Amino acid sequence: MADEVLLLDFWPSMFGMRTRIALEEKNVKFDYREQDLWNKSPILLEMNPVHKKIPVLIHNGKPVCESLIQVEYIDEVWPSKTPLLPSDPYQRAHAKFWGDFIDKKVYASARLIWGAKGEEQEAGKKEFIEILKTLESELGDKTYFGGETFGYVDIALIGFSSWFKAYEKFGDFSIEVECPKLIAWAKRCVKRESVAKSLPGSEKITKFVPELKKKLGIE
Amino acid sequence: MANLPILLDYWPSMFGMRARVALREKGVEFEYREEDFSNKSALLLQSNPIHKKIPVLIHNGKPVCESLNVVQYVDEAWPEKNPFFPSDPYGRAQARFWADFVDKKFADAQFKIWGKKGEEQEAGKKEFIEAVKILEAELGDKPYFGGDSFGYVDISLITFSSWFQAYEKFGNFSIESESPKLIAWAKRCMEKESVSKSLPDSEKIVAYAAEYRKNNL
Repeated sequence: MADEVLLLDFWPSMFGMRTRIALEEKNVKFDYREQDLWNKSPILLEMNPVHKKIPVLIHNGKPVCESLIQVEYIDEVWPSKTPLLPSDPYQRAHAKFWGDFIDKKVYASARLIWGAKGEEQEAGKKEFIEILKTLESELGDKTYFGGETFGYVDIALIGFSSWFKAYEKFGDFSIEVECPKLIAWAKRCVKRESVAKSLPGSEKITKFVPELKKKLGIE
Repeated sequence: MANLPILLDYWPSMFGMRARVALREKGVEFEYREEDFSNKSALLLQSNPIHKKIPVLIHNGKPVCESLNVVQYVDEAWPEKNPFFPSDPYGRAQARFWADFVDKKFADAQFKIWGKKGEEQEAGKKEFIEAVKILEAELGDKPYFGGDSFGYVDISLITFSSWFQAYEKFGNFSIESESPKLIAWAKRCMEKESVSKSLPDSEKIVAYAAEYRKNNL
């Protein structure tokens, strides 16, 4: 019996991108369904009644919510291709720690860069750069966060790279100057088909930001 | 001879308690070390340089940080006894979702009840009751969130029950009247030695919260 896999998603979401990448890494065929977050569909509200957010992965009719939980689920359900998480408990805990760090820190500070002005924006920019430097230091000289193989932490972070040009434009700074190793890592990741297929172009994101601000009622 | 795992912790922390419950569920002997936040130990700062928070589990010299991470690690490092997760991937994803819900919605709301006053506290109380009702619906008629056996979601939530009396006192409401099923579930969990040994007395927590309010509000 064939698997039925649906992904309720929103094209600029760096969280949705994680799930797209994980599915592509495993060569899983899925039905991508674009959602309008300002006019939420019945299926979204039914499949994620608690948070009403995307991405929602629906596998044979059953929903899995929260992007990193989806990545882990995908890794467990389709184990035949390259594992996204290591098998050693300590290394798994280490990967999850960094996934959690990315979740807790990156979005919030980045949002201030494109969504705020003046002092608030400057503070967001400063914090964002600090967070990227922390991540860059964790990456070190490794090819990927997991070492030689692309995995969970890379997937958790790479979607944000499609927003880098937007951050640079609205924050008036260069991420490459601040974190050259991280930019090099991002370029490596984007060479992977799963990533190239899953990330929108930087220009599209940059053009989208003013529209997003309008929708969110931010000037 | 192997050294005992070390748990850097803080007695009233419901996050630290999760790690204690998890280790006890697995029958793992560990060395508990109380941290003083006004004077964080060198070991804590070295083991968790990013967040500098407890709990930190140090096993074979290597640190694991973030309470839910610690619980998952304990489950994987000592897999033979009392598994915290079901074996099917969907059940596992559901368990992770609900523990994440506890962290995202329940934890923030409960802090506002004892840690804030006025409008913020009222908002927290409202969010808390909402979260409690959602959790109660998820529990349904099961003895535990994990079904027949005590598991990951139970561990993630039960530790907050040591704070229930504090919420009721400072929030001026009754959790039992909002959710009798949740109170019944908490009593059931407390019958487990791993839980009763890991949670401090409610009166001690109430006194701690009162002190916090006196010093901060």
